[in-house]
Amino acid sequence: MGEKVLMKGNEAIAEAAIRAGCMHYFGYPITPQTEIAAYMAKRMPKVGGVFLQAESEIAAINMVLGVAATGKRVMTSSSSPGVSLKSEGISYIAGSDVPCLIVNVQRGGPGLGGIQPSQSDYFQAVKGGSHGDFFKIVLAPSSVQEMASLTSTAFDLADKYRMPAMILADGTMGQMMEPVELPETKPNTFEKPWALTGTKGERKHNIVNSLYLKPEELEKTNFERFARYKTIEENEVLYEEYLMDDAEICIVSFGITARVAKNAIVEARAKGVKVGMIRPITLWPFPKKVLREAADKCKAFISVEMNMGQMIEDVKLATECKKPVYLCNRTGGMIPSPEEVLAKIMEVNEGGDK
Amino acid sequence: MQIKRMTLFAGHYGSGKTNIAVNYALHLKALGEKVVIADLDIVNPYFRTRDSLEELTEAGIKLISSKFASSNVDLPALPQEVYSLLDKREEKAIMDIGGDDRGAYALGRYADAIKDENDYEMLFVFNKYRPLTPDAQSAYEIMQEIEAACNIKFTAIVNNSNIGGLTEAQDVINSLDSVNELSSISGLPVKMTTVRADLINNLNGKVENLFPLTLQKKIV
Repeated sequence: MGEKVLMKGNEAIAEAAIRAGCMHYFGYPITPQTEIAAYMAKRMPKVGGVFLQAESEIAAINMVLGVAATGKRVMTSSSSPGVSLKSEGISYIAGSDVPCLIVNVQRGGPGLGGIQPSQSDYFQAVKGGSHGDFFKIVLAPSSVQEMASLTSTAFDLADKYRMPAMILADGTMGQMMEPVELPETKPNTFEKPWALTGTKGERKHNIVNSLYLKPEELEKTNFERFARYKTIEENEVLYEEYLMDDAEICIVSFGITARVAKNAIVEARAKGVKVGMIRPITLWPFPKKVLREAADKCKAFISVEMNMGQMIEDVKLATECKKPVYLCNRTGGMIPSPEEVLAKIMEVNEGGDK
Repeated sequence: MQIKRMTLFAGHYGSGKTNIAVNYALHLKALGEKVVIADLDIVNPYFRTRDSLEELTEAGIKLISSKFASSNVDLPALPQEVYSLLDKREEKAIMDIGGDDRGAYALGRYADAIKDENDYEMLFVFNKYRPLTPDAQSAYEIMQEIEAACNIKFTAIVNNSNIGGLTEAQDVINSLDSVNELSSISGLPVKMTTVRADLINNLNGKVENLFPLTLQKKIV
């Protein structure tokens, strides 16, 4: 690891991507993720990479598909409405079984919404988010340091499983500045025998495509892809447990709200309430097993999110509704305060919410 | 120290201009000056001068800022009241300029009036620990880009080298070589070294012209 620098979350993603060997960036500006594109515009020409501002988000994601098919590391980034525009291309990338990184620095919605932070694209991120049977690997950083380190992880997982990976951040994570220790520039490499690199007349040509003329073949590819997804669910789940050893109440929260929740947990503990947190770092695959186990030990769960209650559905599924799951949320660009989360903890501790 | 009528804070993106501008405004106010601060940032969507509205108002400092700053819309607009700041010469004016050359274009609109009055300081805020300005040369390039964008030359440098909450006195001391080199390349003096207030005691006598940053905005 190198020297510490002071970075914005968006810049940390961009620099970490370059250090992970990503030499191709295609994007289109949108607040609050524009610093990723701005940083790439400055850095890529200096490291021999490509920065290209496409004419639209749709063009950018299709350029990503093109580079991904050649086996090179490639990424795009946007914020909520822009990611919706990319969704058709993301499905094509998943259907073509090629790796890439998509970054969503979320803002409030639906529609044009606003530029303040939110987590309201959770459903879109973890349930496929476009047409067809597919998933993406979804990583949720909770510090500027994780914006950098999970970017490397995302590229590795995408390459390993030949599928799109997404960093699901929010405006605050993108804009806030924190010290970062950047990863060294020795990216992991993966064999890509499927890549379109030119046959030189020496091998049979590869095909990267998501069109299947026979339904039997399409069904077979989907079965195979989901077998791969099962392996990922078994092997690649990432989460952080915080003060869970003796916890009676379990908070589930990711990204920026997990930081708010930590402050509230410290205050609640000072009042004698045994509360802890499970912070999913991979939102897909979701940390189902650890939540299911927590359901045997805890008396209640609180899902803290910046949306109208999206991850709470996965918490209920994972805990098989064995214990009540309460929601503590703000939306539309608002961030819950530690006091609001603390109030919910106290309410739940006294037997439920109103 | 003679205080100029206008103090302009510009510099590379994320170098700490807003934080310093707000603290400098409070400092001038404490010296008994009439102070007005203007947010000319058209680059940053979050973390604006307006976030310190409460502290500024309490201190009796007027804030000129776009009504869209820290709101939910993405309108890089400049408030019309900026012109009043150019005319009201009995007030000490502080201008917080957006980062890099992109941010400095907005200042160009007022360059002629500022230069005509000729009673200003144009300060380049430098943080060695930002990824794109690790040395004097890279900072000097951005300095020239900003001057070309806003058509005003810098008059001095502010050393704000820090790595956020992890900053220790030694980090500030380690930045001195770079800032001195920047000073010699550019021919500009180092007006002050800005540091988190609790570091002042460790740096007294080791660094000249220390300026404590008392007000620090933190989100989560």
